[in-house]
Amino acid sequence: MALLDFSNVWVEYGDKVVLEQVDLSIEAGAFVSIVGASGAGKSTFLRLALGQERPTRGSIWLDGEPLLQEPGPDRGVVFQRYSVFPHLSARDNVVFGLDCAGSPLLGRLSGARRRAAVAEAEAMLEAVGLGDAVNVFPAQLSGGMQQRLAIAQALIKKPRILLLDEPFGALDPGSRLDMHELITKLWREHGLTIMMVTHDIKEAFKLGTRVLAFDKRRRDPQAPHRYGSTAVYDFPLDKKDAVIPDELTQMTAR
Amino acid sequence: MRRLLNIRPHGGGRILLGLVPLLAVALFYLVASEARHAQNIHDKLLPTASAMVEAVKMMATVDPLTGQAPLLVDTAASLKRISTALVIATGITLILGLVIGLLPMMKAGMGPLVAAVAVIPPIAILPVLFIVFGLGEVSKIALIVIGITPVMVRDLAAHVGAIPKEQLIKAQTLGASTWQTALRVALPQAMPRLFMAVSLALGPAWVFLISAEAIAADVGLGYRIFLVRRYLSMDIIIPYVIWISLLAVLMDVALTMISRRAFPWAYPKGGQ
Repeated sequence: MALLDFSNVWVEYGDKVVLEQVDLSIEAGAFVSIVGASGAGKSTFLRLALGQERPTRGSIWLDGEPLLQEPGPDRGVVFQRYSVFPHLSARDNVVFGLDCAGSPLLGRLSGARRRAAVAEAEAMLEAVGLGDAVNVFPAQLSGGMQQRLAIAQALIKKPRILLLDEPFGALDPGSRLDMHELITKLWREHGLTIMMVTHDIKEAFKLGTRVLAFDKRRRDPQAPHRYGSTAVYDFPLDKKDAVIPDELTQMTAR
Repeated sequence: MRRLLNIRPHGGGRILLGLVPLLAVALFYLVASEARHAQNIHDKLLPTASAMVEAVKMMATVDPLTGQAPLLVDTAASLKRISTALVIATGITLILGLVIGLLPMMKAGMGPLVAAVAVIPPIAILPVLFIVFGLGEVSKIALIVIGITPVMVRDLAAHVGAIPKEQLIKAQTLGASTWQTALRVALPQAMPRLFMAVSLALGPAWVFLISAEAIAADVGLGYRIFLVRRYLSMDIIIPYVIWISLLAVLMDVALTMISRRAFPWAYPKGGQ
């Protein structure tokens, strides 16, 4: 049984078809990179897994259960921007997830449970390399450090699957390489399942154990919106440094 | 030669630049007042500085007839009215602003009502308030509340509605319920804006207060200036107006200071 199953999923806005006939299974422990040209529906695909968007047709299954049609703690997420709460310190940003689970009414733990949560959060911040910045507000953190914080915040809930929507797209090349190292390390150590949307095809092949490329399978020159995208390429990567197929490079460059 | 738009005043120069226009206005008044008094020593239109000091002294001393100092009781009455109204308006704004900004269903349900109420000129319904609530304190406070709340609610709801969607989704993936999202994500981020909304509402609030007091009251700053108008007592009116402005400025400064102290994350060093 796969962790996440898409069975004949369609997404349509009015008469515009965004995704059609998506049939995919994501295995536990996979690192799935999702590439495609702008507007190819890769972010829509991620939003489906997140529960932010519903399929018009078809069904999605998580662990054999129908996927809840709204975001929930079993699926963590890191967006390109605005993933962290600007009014909370780095520590409180990470404690937030534990606060919500432990204190339905106040949304804030206290006493011994709070101390335990803070210790757990600080250990997680240490693991993502923010051990020295626990008291700092996000505005004082660099872009790369904010993304580290967003990852720590998501991981504290031990999600079944971690969804990354162009998480490193706004970073400079140097911090992007650091983040690649970090996410690979966390993926191995925590046994995570990751789905990552990216524009950068090299990044997709470097990090992923499987690369999905979204594009339209058919085109209607008179009504291009009537055909949607689907996963036209599905590469399992058994070994690292696999050769990127030429046709894929051309497709994503378009 | 540097461009004009690149020349910034610093430190003392900045304060001096701010003082010059204020002093110029004061000086202009004194000169004009002198000129009028040179022609007619009983001129009432532009009272001299010493006449105004005398008048303030008189207003600030206890009147043996009533046993009260008018300036003090007027200030106390007006401040009580305006602060009561501000507290009520702020409370309503916080609740409505949050639910309208956060819940699409409340936005669809309450948005049009708030928009409709916001376009009613508050002074136009003052007679209704007098009829319904009588001429006492309630109608004056109600006028201020009705006058400032709709604008504040719309401002706060728009601000809460502008919280990035990513944050709200992130909160849900961290297990937050609607209530927890409102309490821990939306409310704290709404607070600095709420303080700003109150600051901006201070001006209109004073307008409505003075209007209500001018029409029906027996004590209050607005009541007094409209009362002494009958005697052309500019020596009382001008100090009262300066006093009202000073109170408004002090309230504004206090709100800004509290907000900066309480929500340091909203005021990053080096400006926005």
